[in-house]
Amino acid sequence: MTDIGLEAIVSTAGLAPPRRGRSIRRLFRHRSFVIGFVIIVVLALAAIFAPLLTPLDPSAMKVRFRFRSPASDFIFGTDMFGRDIFTRVLYGARVSLFVGLAVSVISGFCGAVLGVVAAQFRKLDAPIMRLMDALMSFPAILLALGIAAALGPRVSSVIAALTVAYVPAGVRIVRAAALVVRELDYVQAARLSGASALRIIVRHILPNCFSPLLVHLTFIFAYAILAEAALSFLGVGVQPPLASWGNIIAEGRDYATEAWWVMLFPGIAISLAALGMNLLGDALRDVLDPRLKGGD
Amino acid sequence: MRSENQRRLSGELALLRIIAFKFLQAVPVILIISILAFLLLSLLPGDPAIIIAGEQASPEAVEHVRQQLGLDRPFLQQLAIWLLNLAQGNFGSSLILNQSVLSAVGERLPVTLSLAALSIAVTIPVGVFLGSLAAYYRQSWIDAGVMTFALLGVSIPAFWIAILGIILFSVHLGWVPSSGFTPISQGVGPWLSSVILPALILSLFQIGFLARMTRSAMLDVMGQDFIRTARAKGLSEWRTVSKHALRNALILIITATGILLSTAIGGSVVIEQVFALPGIGRMVVQAILARDYPLVQGTMLIFGFTFVLINLIVDVLYTLADPRVRHD
Repeated sequence: MTDIGLEAIVSTAGLAPPRRGRSIRRLFRHRSFVIGFVIIVVLALAAIFAPLLTPLDPSAMKVRFRFRSPASDFIFGTDMFGRDIFTRVLYGARVSLFVGLAVSVISGFCGAVLGVVAAQFRKLDAPIMRLMDALMSFPAILLALGIAAALGPRVSSVIAALTVAYVPAGVRIVRAAALVVRELDYVQAARLSGASALRIIVRHILPNCFSPLLVHLTFIFAYAILAEAALSFLGVGVQPPLASWGNIIAEGRDYATEAWWVMLFPGIAISLAALGMNLLGDALRDVLDPRLKGGD
Repeated sequence: MRSENQRRLSGELALLRIIAFKFLQAVPVILIISILAFLLLSLLPGDPAIIIAGEQASPEAVEHVRQQLGLDRPFLQQLAIWLLNLAQGNFGSSLILNQSVLSAVGERLPVTLSLAALSIAVTIPVGVFLGSLAAYYRQSWIDAGVMTFALLGVSIPAFWIAILGIILFSVHLGWVPSSGFTPISQGVGPWLSSVILPALILSLFQIGFLARMTRSAMLDVMGQDFIRTARAKGLSEWRTVSKHALRNALILIITATGILLSTAIGGSVVIEQVFALPGIGRMVVQAILARDYPLVQGTMLIFGFTFVLINLIVDVLYTLADPRVRHD
């Protein structure tokens, strides 16, 4: 009896983050995860292998082929300059997915650092959190619009702008999780037994903040794809001739009634990418957040 | 009896203390917002005066902009002047509109407000209803249908569905005008037909967001002991859900309203552009493209301050609605 009891204590203490293997197996039994995973993997492969999937150049203009409707030689049709929409959507995937990935990774990193610092060092808590409150007071898209416009229309500006807009939510999530973990018995025990602050942060606090942050960042990925498209659509994001899903729609908008295919396909691509990430986020939350299991 | 009164009194005192604390917390936030908006200009790569005046501007024109914006003064002095002006309610002036930021925003407020208010008015009942429906009939085809709709709502870009909406409802069916705004003073009918389509498109994301949030809040509440008690003591399902479950979930939904307002205003920036509605969002986009940075800064500030206020109101309502917060 005592042995089993001890083992239970030791194993819960040693395995603070959920056992990875089991979580991954549960994820792949989750329908939302499988659908989202397939969508994202297909889009990512299409982006990476774009040059192998299409022989055409995304910015090559062939005026005699302008406004061809979708047919066998141009499966998504062509735009007003005779550029192939299928090719542009494939290359646009590179920009959109890269922006989404960069924004979620960078804002996740900043969120983790600032959130843990705010939770661990009481003196820095108020300044950090009031700064985050201030950033969160601007509607995210408006803040990103202002920053992207000031930094100039480039992919890196869009990434910087969206990162600033989405960091505050990540900081709040990590701080909230870190404040809970800090008070857990085994973390207190570690502190009393003389573990350094850094060791406690790295060994105990960060692993426990990982799940909520990962779930959050999956949704941020989806938001970032939508926001990048909106910024590029408004003309302050990725600039033509570099193809981005948002600016293809902006270019196709004037001809939307006659050449509907120019704006239709990039819109479907954005929706699929955002849908895929949202599905992954839902599934990760179901599997990683045990609190929400009780409902179902 | 007396102790009951005393408890109530101390509860109210605690409530007042929490509200006062929230107000105090808002002061530094407002100050930081003001400084952040000021710093926006220093993000510009290179000399702001040249960028605002344009690459081809004459040296005199650049010098004029520099003096007009006070860019020739030391940095800290500029910041001090900026904050002093704000303290006097001066949000600066637009460079191209020949107007103060406040009057430019005020003039366009009815458009953006119509859009946001109508969209929220549709979103809250529909979102809460769909979310509750999905939670109540969880893991049925109703749940699957509602959640698929909600998922599409938060995944499909609004500006894209807006263009498709214009093609279908304005160009093909001719039900609503494809662009422009009619003030409500010219009749409710024309006003409604000028904002109903953009407002509904704005609602798609919001309904999706709120339905997802309501569903998980309801599932959380429905699994709790007091729901089992309510059922066990023989309350009808309707009363259990409406009185006990929904009431508790509403506390979470109050919090969502702040986020909804923020996304409605953010979404209107893009939607106003597609429908050519002369609102604040469209003005900001045009200001950005025309490098009218003082107008951008001033407008962002006004939005920032507005949302500090909205969040404060949400916080107070939340404290009022949830007695547990007071006794913490």
